[in-house]
Amino acid sequence: MMRKSRALVAGTAALALTLSAAACGGSDDKGSDSSGGAKPEFNAALTQVYNPSDKKGGTIRLANSGDWDTLDPGETYYGYSWNFLRLYGRGLLMFKPVPGAEGNTVTPDLAEGLGTPSDGGKTWTYKIRKGVKFEDGTEVTSKDVKYAVLRSIDKETFPNGPAYFEGFLNLPAGYKGPYKSKGVNTDSAITTPDDQTIVFHLKQAFGGFDYFAALPQTVPVPEAKDTGAKYKEHVVSTGPYKFETNELGKSFKLVRNDKWDAATDPNRKALPDAYEVQLNVNADDIDNRLLSGDLDVDVVGTGVQPATLGRVVGDPTLKASTDNPTLARLWYTSINPTVAPLDNIDCRKAIEYAADKVGYQTAYGGPLAGGEITGTILPPMIPGYEKFDLYPSADGTGDVAKAKEHLAACGQPNGFETNIAYRAERPKEKATAEALQQSLARVGIKLTLKPFPQGDYFSQYAGNPPYVKNNKLGMNLNGWGADWNDGFGFLSQIVDSRVIRETGGSSNTSVRIPEVDQLLDKASAETDAAKRDAYWAQIDKRVMEEAVILPGVTAKSLLIRPKTLTNVFVSDAYNMYDYLSLGVA
Amino acid sequence: MLLFIISAATFGIFYLIPRLVGATPETLATRYVGRAATPETVHLIAEKLGFYDPLWLQYGRWVKAIFVGADYNLGATVEHCPAPCFGYSFITKQPVWPELVDRLPVTLSLAIGAAILWLLLGLSIGTLSALRRGSFLDRSAMTFSLAGVSMPIFFTGMVSLLVFSYTLDWTAPGGSYTPFTESPSEWAYALLLPWLVLALQFSAQYARLTRAGMLETMGEDYIRTARAKGLRERDVNVKHGLRAALTPILTIFGLDFGLLLGGAVLTEQVFSLPGLGKYAVDAITNNDLPKVLGVTLMAAFFVVVANLIVDLLYAVVDPRVRLG
Amino acid sequence: MPDGQAFLEVKDLKIHFPTDDGVVRSVDGLNFKLERGKTLGIVGESGSGKSVTSLGILGIYNHRNSKISGEIWLDGKEIVSASQDDVRKLRGNQMAMIFQDPLSAMHPYYTVGHQIVEAYRVHHNVSKKVARKHAVDMLGRVGIPQPDRRVDDYPHQFSGGMRQRAMIAMALVNDPHLLIADEPTTALDVTVQAQIMDLMHDLQAEFNSALIVITHDLGVVAELADDVLVMYGGRCIEYASAATIFEQPEHPYTWGLLGSMPRMDRPVQERLVPIAGSPPSLINLPKGCAFSPRCVYEERTGGLGTTVVPELTRAGGTNHLVRCHLPTEERQRLWVEEVKPKLEA
Ligand SMILES: Nc1ncnc2c1ncn2[C@@H]1O[C@H](COP(=O)(O)OP(=O)(O)O)[C@@H](O)[C@H]1O
Ligand code: SF4
Ligand SMILES: [Mg+2]
Repeated sequence: MMRKSRALVAGTAALALTLSAAACGGSDDKGSDSSGGAKPEFNAALTQVYNPSDKKGGTIRLANSGDWDTLDPGETYYGYSWNFLRLYGRGLLMFKPVPGAEGNTVTPDLAEGLGTPSDGGKTWTYKIRKGVKFEDGTEVTSKDVKYAVLRSIDKETFPNGPAYFEGFLNLPAGYKGPYKSKGVNTDSAITTPDDQTIVFHLKQAFGGFDYFAALPQTVPVPEAKDTGAKYKEHVVSTGPYKFETNELGKSFKLVRNDKWDAATDPNRKALPDAYEVQLNVNADDIDNRLLSGDLDVDVVGTGVQPATLGRVVGDPTLKASTDNPTLARLWYTSINPTVAPLDNIDCRKAIEYAADKVGYQTAYGGPLAGGEITGTILPPMIPGYEKFDLYPSADGTGDVAKAKEHLAACGQPNGFETNIAYRAERPKEKATAEALQQSLARVGIKLTLKPFPQGDYFSQYAGNPPYVKNNKLGMNLNGWGADWNDGFGFLSQIVDSRVIRETGGSSNTSVRIPEVDQLLDKASAETDAAKRDAYWAQIDKRVMEEAVILPGVTAKSLLIRPKTLTNVFVSDAYNMYDYLSLGVA
Repeated sequence: MLLFIISAATFGIFYLIPRLVGATPETLATRYVGRAATPETVHLIAEKLGFYDPLWLQYGRWVKAIFVGADYNLGATVEHCPAPCFGYSFITKQPVWPELVDRLPVTLSLAIGAAILWLLLGLSIGTLSALRRGSFLDRSAMTFSLAGVSMPIFFTGMVSLLVFSYTLDWTAPGGSYTPFTESPSEWAYALLLPWLVLALQFSAQYARLTRAGMLETMGEDYIRTARAKGLRERDVNVKHGLRAALTPILTIFGLDFGLLLGGAVLTEQVFSLPGLGKYAVDAITNNDLPKVLGVTLMAAFFVVVANLIVDLLYAVVDPRVRLG
Repeated sequence: MPDGQAFLEVKDLKIHFPTDDGVVRSVDGLNFKLERGKTLGIVGESGSGKSVTSLGILGIYNHRNSKISGEIWLDGKEIVSASQDDVRKLRGNQMAMIFQDPLSAMHPYYTVGHQIVEAYRVHHNVSKKVARKHAVDMLGRVGIPQPDRRVDDYPHQFSGGMRQRAMIAMALVNDPHLLIADEPTTALDVTVQAQIMDLMHDLQAEFNSALIVITHDLGVVAELADDVLVMYGGRCIEYASAATIFEQPEHPYTWGLLGSMPRMDRPVQERLVPIAGSPPSLINLPKGCAFSPRCVYEERTGGLGTTVVPELTRAGGTNHLVRCHLPTEERQRLWVEEVKPKLEA
C-alpha cells in the first residue's frame, strides 16, 4: 500500500511537470501569434473575427470524439454536422457565416432569395441559382432538391433525421419516400414548375418555413447516384469541397471541388485547400492536441473535458486562448402539476422561490462550463428573447421568506414531501437534484431522489404521465436545446401540451396550458418574422407565471480557439466556431 | 460451441435486461431513431430491426446469417451480405464483418509489437532480479514493476502522450495509425508509444512472474546438475533456469495475448487507435447490438484459439505433457 | 605429485552459512585424503553435512551467502582459493558428480542425449555430431540397451535405474579423475541398487578414478569403499579402512549406524534399530561431544562428554581415527563384549 501510493505521487508529480511544460509551450506561441494582429484574449472570437485573413491554402485538421452521426445531408441531425456540411453541400438557405447576432439569420444559398410565402403561409416558393453544379459537372435543378427532400422522408432508411418536412408537407396519404412509394405523384407536396423553381405546399400555414429551407435536407441529391443508407459513403458535393477519402468510423478528407463556382456563392470564402477529419478520437487527447497545436478544431464544438477545464481556469495564458459562448440549451426542472400538492400553484411558486440557482449552476460546472443562471425558458440568442425573472432573489440563492409565504398560501406552511427524478448516468443532474434537495429543505420541502436510466427516462419514467402520477414524481430534471435558434424550434417540443403522449416519450412533462398552445399556433402561422418573434417572450412569461418550469442555467461551453487558424469566430447559429470561414495561418 | 454460448449470453443480456425493467420493442427502438421521432418511425424501426419477433427467432436469424448470409434493405437498394454475415450495425447500417476484418490488423499490430517488447523487458528484468535477489537492482525493478502494475493505462498513456508527443515531439500524436502495408516506418512510428505504454504495464507483471518462476526453478536439482557439469553461469541461468521458468509464463502469455487480440480496450481508447477494442467500446456505448455481438464473438474466438495454441505449445515446450 | 601429496587432499575444510537464525556450520574442519583408484565412503545420518562437503569440493556454492575455508588439493592444485572460472573448468571434467534422485537431477525439458552432449561439449570443442556419438557410446557402456535410440528419449521416459545409469554416463563422459556419488542408490529399489553399485565398481576400475561414495547406508560402503569417514554434526567422528569400520569400530555413533544397517537375513521389522534421538542442530551443536545427548556411554566419560569437545585421535586399527573421550581400550572392550554380540544376535 505504501509503495503504491508513493508511485502514484511520483506519477502525479510527473503529470504536473508535463502540464506546466505544456503551459510554457502555450506562452511561447503567444509571442509569435501576435503578429496576426488579434490579441489572444478570453472571448476574443465571440462576437468578432479573430485573426482575419483571406489567405488561401493549407489543411485544417479536425477531430471528433465520437463517430460522425452521418454525412448524409438527408439524415444528419447534429448542429456541428450542419455547420460543417455547408462545406460540401448547398441547401436552399443557410445561416449567415458572420460573427454576432447576424449569424443567427438565414440567408439564400442555393436559392436566389428567401422563400416567398403565399396562400397565407401555406405555400412557399424558392428560385434556384443558375450555374450551381454537382462535383461531376451536372447542373443542379429544382428536381434534385425535391428528390433530396422526399428521400429524407423515408424514416425506415433514415430514422435519425429531422421529421419537419413529413410533418408539414401536404404529402399523399401513406407516402413513404421515393424508394418504397416509387412513382407516386407528390405534386400535392412539392412542385417544380421549371428547373429553377421549387414550390412547397404545406398542410397548414407555417411562418418559419425558411428555417426548414435551411435544413441540410434541402441539399440536392442526384437520384442516379443515390444509394440509400449507403449514400453517406459517397455524398455528391455541391459545395467548394468534395470527399477525397471517406473511411466510415475512422476519418475522411475533403479537398477542393473544381466544379464549385465562387460566382454563384456569396457566402463561402473557401480558404483552406483541404479538411482532414479524424473520428472516434479520445476526448482528453483532443484537448491536449488542441493546446499543443497538433490539432485545429474539436469539431463537435461542445467544449473542453473536465480535466482541461481545470487547467484552463487556473492558467490566465491558457484562458486567453479560449472562448465561452452561450448555447441555445436550457437545463431546467419540470414541476409536475399532476402530482399533489403541486396541483396548487402556490406550492409550485414556493419551489421557484426556494430553489438555490447558484447551487444549480455549480452542479453544472460553474459559470464557465456550466452556464448562466436564468429566470427565463428562452436562451438569450433566440430572436424575440426578453430578459425577466418572475421569482427573483437577491443573490440567486433563493428567497426563503417568499417561499414560506407561498407555502402558507398553499396550505402547507410546514412544507411537504415529493420526489425528484433525474438521469442516473448524469452526475451533473444528480448534483443538481442534491442541491435542490438542500435548498428546498430550508422551507420544509422534503425531496426524495429518484434516479432512472437515461435510455428510458422519458419513455418509461419522467416523460410517462401515468408513471409520474402514480409514483408521485413531483419534479424531474430536464434539458432542452433547439434544432435551430428560433422560438418555434425551442419552445414547441417543451411547452406545447399536445406533444405529451400518455404512452410516454415526450420531453414536455409538466406544461399543459391551453392558452400557450393557442399562442404557439398563432406564432407558427405568422409569416412576418418580427411579429412572430414577439410571441415567444409572451409564451415564455405565460409558462413561467404557471410555475411549471424551474429554469436553471443556460448552458455555456468553453472552446479552445485554434491558434493555427485565421478567420475564427463563434457562429451564433451553432454556438461554436463557424467552420465555413476558417483559414490556415 | 463455446462461441455460441457466449454470443447467446451477449444476446440475452442485450434484450432480457431491458425487458426486466419493462422495456417494449418500441422503447428498444427509440435508441435507434433521432430525437423527436414520431411513434410511427419508432414502430417502423422496431419492426425493421425485428424487435417484435420472439427472442429465439431473432437469435436464430443472427446465427443463420453467419452461415448463409442475409439480405439488407438499404432503401435505394437491397444489399446481400455474404457469409460470414455478422449483421448490419443498427446505427451506421454498415455490415459488421468487413469492419471487424478491417480493424483486426490494428489490434494485431498493437498486440504483437507490445508483446515482443514486454516479453523482452519482463523476462530480462525478472531474470536479473531473481539472480540478484535482494540487490539494489532487484529492489528498484520490483518497485518499478509495482508502479507499472498499479498505474492505469489511462494515466500512463495520457502522460506519455503529453510528454513525448506534445511537448518533446518525439512520438506520433494520438489518433495516428498507418497500416503496415502502406508504410512500415510510419506504422512503427505511430505505434511506438502505444507499444511502450502497453508493454510497460505488462512487462511489470511479467517481470514479477519471471522473478518468482526463476527463484523457484533455480532451486531445482537439475540446476545443481547443470553447474556440476561445469556449464557457464549464463547457460545455467538461461538454458536451464529460464527455460523451465518459461512454461507457466507461456500459459499466461497465451491468455493475455488472446485477450488482447479481442481488443486492447484502454490503450486503443487512449491513443484513439481504430482497433477492435475501440470498436467494442463504441459499440457498447451506442447499444449497437450487431457490433457488440460481432466483436464479442471475435474476442471469444481469439481467447479460445489462444487457449488451444497454448495447449499445443505446452506439449512442444514440456515433453512430459507431450508423451506422458 | 609434490611431497607425496595424495591425489585429493582436503585440509580443515569449513563450510558455514550465515543465516538470520545464526551460522549454520554444515562442515566444520574436515580432513581426508584419497588416491586414484581408491574409494572413500562418507557415512552419516541425513543432515550431517555430506552433500555440502561434496558440493564444496566441486565448488558449487553460492559465494555470496556461504563462507568456505581450508584447502582442497586436487591433483596438486588448490581449488578453494582458485578463481570461480578455473574451478568451473575442472567441474564435470576433472571431477564429476552423481546425484541422489536422477529424476529431479535431470532437466525434464531436454533429452538425455542432449544433456550428455551438453556436458561433453562444455569441455570439448567438438561438433554436436561427434559429441552425440560419444554420448551414445557412453550410454552403451553404462548398460543402456539400444543406446542409439534411447539417446533421444526424455528422462521421464527412462526407468529409475536407467536414469541413474544415464546420470552416471553423463558424469563419466569427460573421463573425470574424481567422481563423487551422492547417495547414488537411495532412490532406487533394492535389486537395481545392486546393479548400479556393480556398475560403479566396474567403471571405477576401468577409469582408474578416485571415487567418493556418500551414503547413510553402511551396506553400500561395505561393497565399494576402501576407506570410510563417518560424519556427525559437520565433523568427522571416525575414520578408518572399511575393514576396520566393520570389524573393530570404536565410536558409539558408528556402532549405532551398524545397528541400523539393513540385513538381508532378518525379517523387515527387525532389520532397523534406529539410533535414539535426532541429529543435532548445526547452529547450536550440543556442548562437549556433539553426540553426547544420544550417547548411552556418556556417563562413563565423567562429565567430559558434555563439557569438552573430544579430539579426533588415533585408535586401535591402522590409520584409525576416532573422536571420543573414552579410552581406546574401553571402546574396544565395549565393542567386543557388549555391542558386537548384540548385533550378531
Ligand atoms: N545454503 C545453505 N544455507 C543454510 N544451510 C544450509 C545450506 N546448505 C545446506 N545447509 C544445511 O547444512 C546441513 C547439512 O546438509 P547436507 O550436507 O545436505 O546434509 P546431508 O548429510 O544429508 O547431505 C543441513 O542442516 C542443511 O540445512
Ligand atoms: S565422547 Fe562421550 S558422548 Fe561422545 S561419543 Fe564418546 S562416549 Fe559418547
Ligand atoms: Mg545429502
